[in-house]
Amino acid sequence: MQQFCEQLLNGLNLGSVYALIALGYTMVYGIAKMLNFAHGDIIMVGAYTLLIASTRSGLPWYVSVLLCAVVCCVLGVSIEKIAYKPLRNASPLTVLITAIGVSYFLQSSALLIFGSNKQKVDSIIKIKGFTFAGINVSGESIVTLGVTVIIMIVLTLFIKKTKMGKAMLAVSEDKGAAQLMGVNVNATISATFAIGSALAAVAGILYMSSYGFVGPYTGALPGIKAFVAAVLGGIGSIPGAMLGGILLGIIESMAKTYISTDLADAIVFGILIVVLLFRPTGLLGKKRVEKV
Amino acid sequence: MLKVENLEVYYGMINAIKGVSFHVEKGEVIALIGANGAGKTTILHTITGLVKAKAGNITFNDVNLLKTPAHKIVGMGMAHVPEGRRIFQELTVYENLMLGAYTRKDGKEISADLEKIYKRFPRLEERKTQIAGTLSGGEQQMLAMGRALMSKPNIILMDEPSMGLSPLYVNEIFDIIKEISNSGTTILLVEQNAKKALAIADRAYVLETGKIVLEGDADKLMNDDKVKKAYLGE
Repeated sequence: MQQFCEQLLNGLNLGSVYALIALGYTMVYGIAKMLNFAHGDIIMVGAYTLLIASTRSGLPWYVSVLLCAVVCCVLGVSIEKIAYKPLRNASPLTVLITAIGVSYFLQSSALLIFGSNKQKVDSIIKIKGFTFAGINVSGESIVTLGVTVIIMIVLTLFIKKTKMGKAMLAVSEDKGAAQLMGVNVNATISATFAIGSALAAVAGILYMSSYGFVGPYTGALPGIKAFVAAVLGGIGSIPGAMLGGILLGIIESMAKTYISTDLADAIVFGILIVVLLFRPTGLLGKKRVEKV
Repeated sequence: MLKVENLEVYYGMINAIKGVSFHVEKGEVIALIGANGAGKTTILHTITGLVKAKAGNITFNDVNLLKTPAHKIVGMGMAHVPEGRRIFQELTVYENLMLGAYTRKDGKEISADLEKIYKRFPRLEERKTQIAGTLSGGEQQMLAMGRALMSKPNIILMDEPSMGLSPLYVNEIFDIIKEISNSGTTILLVEQNAKKALAIADRAYVLETGKIVLEGDADKLMNDDKVKKAYLGE
């Protein structure tokens, strides 16, 4: 029981990171109708920024966090402007291949600048954990869960209550009609990339606080897993990304403990296949009739 | 008020609009009639910037619309009720209406206008918290009109408002268009239902495969033999 609870906590922890990344995937997909496969690598850039700002330069944690968010935001918006915007009317396949290209570009740049060795990033979370009924709750877990819950609440309120959020929903449903309402579609897409990238920065920081090492390919696997989480929850759906991320984290953590460490990833991807067989639109995805 | 001159629009290699010119004056109801594929919707889409023109000129109150980004046009006083209504299916009726007022900043007047629209379309008020995709076709058309009115337009472009509606709703929709016109809003109406459109229009243009083939006062066109044969089914 104690082991189960600890693994559940671990799963929630990992799932929170997946959920934060999946939110970026799903928001960009919902609004720009593209899969931004470079999204995972934003986490890596965030982690390197943290390495330089906090571990190497010793800046205070809040300055480091802010710096990570700003660097990732600027990077995300620039990628969209330079690589994706000229392809706004191109075929989805072209955009997809471009996104994979951007991903390689970011990884190779990191390889050139930082080398292939993984480097240790010190956790910026200094809160002490506690033991409750024999279960160890680490400071990292408390902060990760707390931050994720706050972000989810704020993001949901932002989408539901603000004008900008409504504009995002409108653009995601019908770009043309949104323009007729006076919504600036390009600005909305930029804002989406900015928010998604900032969430990726936070995910990168939390990921580093638990795993501690950054390399040029650090973002690749969590990026793919978060993509799976977004599809599992129903791509384009914000609650879906949250649910998918958390579920995936718990499944992975449980599979590692109770089945096999080696098979854990296979199980995660296997579940995606099974879910898609029975619910092609994901758990919370809506079936939308495409009108011509 | 609105002037279209020698407009040319291409979809790839296909010349969809071949040198169309027309004008709409303040307070008028202008009908643009023609068969499926004549280019009526393309013209409206080009006016509000959803489709790019290849050549020609569109000016609205002396501003060049071809050089204006699509999202700036509604703020200039031009609303567009698009073909197929294109309401936001996953948002509520209220949220759809408020998106209509997206570019407005006069909070108090927005609420007052919302009340007016609820008065004009009582069914929208009854269903204000309902998801718009669950409305009937006629109700969705009313929502699309209400959404356009929320921008406080000087001119409304309406694209096939009667499409796919039951005869009862068609009459109701045309009554509403008449009302909107009577309250001082200029209307450019695109319709396949030529009879209904000519009945409420001041002037009309007949479009055939991307060209204007006939134009004139609506009552004259209604008695024109060619129009009668081709569009009024007489």
